[in-house]
Amino acid sequence: MPFARLRPFLPYLLLLPGLAWLAIFFAAPMFTLAQSSLEEGAFETGFRFTWNWSNYSDAIQEFDTQFLRSFRYAGVATLLALVMGYPLAYVIAFRGGPLKNYLLFMVVLPFFTTYLIRTLAWQTIMSDEGQVVSALQTTGVMEVLDALRISQDGRLLATPTAVVTAITYNYLPFMVLPIYVSLERIDRRLVEAAQDLYGGPLRAFRTVVFPLSLPGVFAGSLLTFIPAVGDFVNARLLGNPNTSMIGNVIQSRFLVVLDYPLAAAISFILMALILVAVLIYARLLGTEDLAG
Amino acid sequence: MAVQPIAARARSRWRPRAVLGFAGRHLVTVYGALVLLYLFLPIAVMVLFSFNEPKSRFNFVWQGFTLDAWTDPFAVPGLGDAMLLSLEIAAISTVIATTLGTLVAFALVRYRFRGSGPINLLILLPLTTPEIVIGASLLTLFLQMGVETGFMTIVIAHVMFNISYVVVIVRARLRGFDWTLEEAAMDLGANELQTFLKVTLPLMFPGVLAGALLAFALSLDDFIITLFNSGQEVTFPLFVWGAARVAVPPQINVMGTMIMVATVGLLALSILVQRARS
Repeated sequence: MPFARLRPFLPYLLLLPGLAWLAIFFAAPMFTLAQSSLEEGAFETGFRFTWNWSNYSDAIQEFDTQFLRSFRYAGVATLLALVMGYPLAYVIAFRGGPLKNYLLFMVVLPFFTTYLIRTLAWQTIMSDEGQVVSALQTTGVMEVLDALRISQDGRLLATPTAVVTAITYNYLPFMVLPIYVSLERIDRRLVEAAQDLYGGPLRAFRTVVFPLSLPGVFAGSLLTFIPAVGDFVNARLLGNPNTSMIGNVIQSRFLVVLDYPLAAAISFILMALILVAVLIYARLLGTEDLAG
Repeated sequence: MAVQPIAARARSRWRPRAVLGFAGRHLVTVYGALVLLYLFLPIAVMVLFSFNEPKSRFNFVWQGFTLDAWTDPFAVPGLGDAMLLSLEIAAISTVIATTLGTLVAFALVRYRFRGSGPINLLILLPLTTPEIVIGASLLTLFLQMGVETGFMTIVIAHVMFNISYVVVIVRARLRGFDWTLEEAAMDLGANELQTFLKVTLPLMFPGVLAGALLAFALSLDDFIITLFNSGQEVTFPLFVWGAARVAVPPQINVMGTMIMVATVGLLALSILVQRARS
């Protein structure tokens, strides 16, 4: 019986095709990307591998503004997503009742349609000729927004506000879902006991509910921050040349300028900076053990 | 008589807190509703503007209601082909990724491994790496190997990122699985293959279906990784990206609305199937 002889190897045979695919098309490309980042030359004359570390210093010197801007936008977007997403997750988990599943469905509904079309919808909402801008202008609110530097010269589109608003929107469900899961797991009797013990929902929240939901806050922040910092769609469709992020640089260097070594170096610096940001965040939140 | 003052005192002691709690509860609920509204706004605009009759190349200002875009959704040259290509790629990559991912998830839950740490890392890293880095690195691999980017490379890329999602979803479903049912089947005289086909597979089905649905939706929607590895091919998201610079006809909104309705429909169907089974 051939099956019996195969048996000891069966687990490995089951794993093999899937893991091989990941090894060849996810892990191996990281090596070719690393290799590319140390090459020199030009697209026309060809690239040679020369341990050309200067790509890395060039990348930082030339694009430090875009790096900083990406981390600033992604940081603000993550913070906004937390401020909006936490209460929503809380309402669904603790007050959702029989509507819980429907509310969760509404949170993920944006994912059921094309990401680019949702971004274009923001273009429509914020466009100069659109109803929102004209309403803000006739009521005089736009002047206040201009003064607060939320809008620029009576415009919403092509401002950092537009870019950050849409990035926050795009990744908000990623913030809500993990927080919801961690809140849902909390034993309700614990919350009641805390309310009796500390006398009041606010202190019970601060001392028991919030600390117990920190794993969800951590996971949600990462799921929001990491894609946000590498995003280039929102900056391209809703921003202006002064809002371009590091993703825009990687995209244009790879696909338009065809300067692969520099683009590869930028990609690695981006990953390294994300890792540092995540470690600092884990430290601040006191959740180092959650990082693994 | 003596009881009343105590009760009154107790009530007065609790009242401010109750008021605060009541206000807090409703404030939080109202706030949550506003956040949901923010999540809804762009979708509502997308659906609404699919009925618009725009006077310029861009669909930015509401001009008037029309069904034109709905009655002729493929009037825009290239849109239909792009949609078909996306569906084809989504179908192929879903079948491959679901098969491979399910095998991995099954093995990981069913057997103990020595190298499960690195294996988990290999599965989870693609989910936490920025898409732009995944797309760019894959392009460097294809350049290095001299592979011309196109249909095949898009499928390869989509299978790659979908395997991880399928593994995560199917594994989560398998964890609560009652493996003694397999033993019961064997006791009743089924051999291993029969047991797998008649007991294990049907029980795994809801999880596999959920994984496949997610994979299909992610493939259909993927833009960033596809942009790097598409060559001359134009999928639906790439078509929208190109259109965004030149002209955005309401047909794009029609497609977006149809994708949403179809996905919600499929999801509802899969939930019904699961309910019917259990």
